[in-house]
Amino acid sequence: MGKIMKDALNIHDLHYYYRGADKPLISKLNLSVKMGCSFGLFGPNGAGKTTLISLIIGVLECQQGEICLMGKDLHKHRKSVRSKLGYVPQNLSFYEELSPIQNLQYFGAMMGLSPAKIASRTGELMKILGLEQVAKKPVKQFSGGMKRRVNLAIGVVHQPEVLFLDEPTVGVDVQTRHAIITYLRELNENGTTLFYTSHHLSEAQELCETIALMDDGKIIAEGNLNSILEDYRQNTLEQLFLKLTGKQYRD
Amino acid sequence: MGKLQASILKDLRLLLRDKVGLILMFGMPVLLVLVITSLQNNTFKIVNDHQIPMVIFNQDRLEVSLELENMLRESGMFKIQTDTEAVNTKELYNTMKDQDALVGLYIPQGFSKKLISNAQSLTDHTLSSLGVGDDLLQPIHSDKEELDVFYSPVLQESYRLAVEGALQSAMRIIQSRKMLNLIFYSLSESDMPEDLEQQMMNEGVKLNQQTLTSDGGGAIPNATQHNVPAWTIFAMFFMVTSLGSSLVREKQSGSFIRLKTMPGGYLTGVFSKQLVYVLVALLQVFVIFSIGIFIFPHIGLPALQLPDNIIMLLLVSVISGWCAVSYALCLGIFSSTEEQTNGFGAVSIVILAALGGILVPVFAMPDSFRIFTSISPLYWCLQSYYELFLDGGRWSEVLWTLLPVLAITGVLQLAAFTGLKKKNLI
Repeated sequence: MGKIMKDALNIHDLHYYYRGADKPLISKLNLSVKMGCSFGLFGPNGAGKTTLISLIIGVLECQQGEICLMGKDLHKHRKSVRSKLGYVPQNLSFYEELSPIQNLQYFGAMMGLSPAKIASRTGELMKILGLEQVAKKPVKQFSGGMKRRVNLAIGVVHQPEVLFLDEPTVGVDVQTRHAIITYLRELNENGTTLFYTSHHLSEAQELCETIALMDDGKIIAEGNLNSILEDYRQNTLEQLFLKLTGKQYRD
Repeated sequence: MGKLQASILKDLRLLLRDKVGLILMFGMPVLLVLVITSLQNNTFKIVNDHQIPMVIFNQDRLEVSLELENMLRESGMFKIQTDTEAVNTKELYNTMKDQDALVGLYIPQGFSKKLISNAQSLTDHTLSSLGVGDDLLQPIHSDKEELDVFYSPVLQESYRLAVEGALQSAMRIIQSRKMLNLIFYSLSESDMPEDLEQQMMNEGVKLNQQTLTSDGGGAIPNATQHNVPAWTIFAMFFMVTSLGSSLVREKQSGSFIRLKTMPGGYLTGVFSKQLVYVLVALLQVFVIFSIGIFIFPHIGLPALQLPDNIIMLLLVSVISGWCAVSYALCLGIFSSTEEQTNGFGAVSIVILAALGGILVPVFAMPDSFRIFTSISPLYWCLQSYYELFLDGGRWSEVLWTLLPVLAITGVLQLAAFTGLKKKNLI
């Protein structure tokens, strides 16, 4: 008998309106992501991806519907759920005046880690992400690629069970992208569920085993990447994307 | 390391890297308190300790004018130089300028003669009306003796009035003494005994002067006692440039949003920031008050005298600091850019300081402005300090002035919390 996989994320009938808008940005959205999988959410600009992630991680309040993370309602079990999820935002969200170590000390403590755990994780992450030489320098002196790696390190310092990544490789060079994707693949192999969005579809195809395509606040395709490509008779994710969402400008 | 401890450490690290903010919070107020206290102390000295420099151009040099000179000298109000050479206003002006005199008194030739003649005429008429003396009298002289007083353009109106009062008083004494002597002589054909004259002339009402404080004692008001607390409050509120900017940077960087995805992080973050900056406010009090106590006496300024009630001083400082932090917090949350918070923050603090009596004393404001003083949190903080430093500082009276500070702090905290909610930051 095969192993039964728990849902990392389960969204049921989700609606979301922005104040003053005449129609919902997200309507009747249902989605589930299995524990331990590498999931990619894609869609054109304005499709509602960032709003959906904001709702899932609790930055925005859910107005209608239900969001369960690791089997628990996010809004009823905020504290226990939040300590298990990680978030790597698209914006570089840390203190540029502080060093990577000082940033990790702060955000690690905010996640409830002990000083010893923070110290060991900081050492590990600096090594893995190639930041050892600059670990004590203020981040504002760093290149864009180094800042991206610091942004990622903060999101994974507490070894989350589910990691949300919003464009984690935007604006970086090939080497940094390769290092980040390699590290994310390692995390996934070690059991971390990845929930990933990006406009780099070739990179996404390399990383994700299951995907969902979103447009106009709805999921228009969902499932195993290879099966979907087969169903729609497309060779690449980019071809599939253009077939399902069209070629017109969206913003 | 606990969340609060980590958050405080992070805020301290950020603060220590904010060099401009530190200069604005510590360097600028220290400079202001030194400059303003020195300037105001000089004004206090002109009135209280220093004499007003005066040049007397005496063209008369006879009995009455010399007595007038002597009386003005003995009054202690003036530092007198005499000049008998000047004959026109240009020469007067030059002499006053050379002597750095603020007042010039021109006594014309024949002044003594005229005053004695007038006194004699008045005495004769007085005696005649009493039925003593000659009935065939000349009419009372309408030709009054005159003195010309010249003021330097920098002398304020209040000083001019004081000079005028001193001159009028001296002249009345001289005239009265002359008339008294003439009447006595006419009635007794002998000079008035000196001790009787002294007794009669000195029988004025005695004025007992005291500075009113609630405990009957307290420090003597001076530029230091006024300025050190006032500019310390200004320094506390000027932290808007550091704290406000820090909040805007955190909002812009997305650190607040990241904290929102962490268990209980955002409230700890807001609380620790307030705690750190209240400690900064207390450090400002410590630094500026220490300068007042230890440095001022070495640069010729009166030393700051701390009130007896140090616990109350600490309480007033903590609550004033918290009010300043709440103002900065509010501004940082509602501003979208650092330029907004720095620009609006600095200008608003200068306006609130002006309204609150930091830049100009409230009693010197026009009535139309005074009604706005109570909207300035700086005014209420200053009143609390004044209760302590200048008015004895009873618990009940200081607490009464602290209530508005707490009320304003409450409103600012509520506004800040609403802003955080509205902007989806918590």
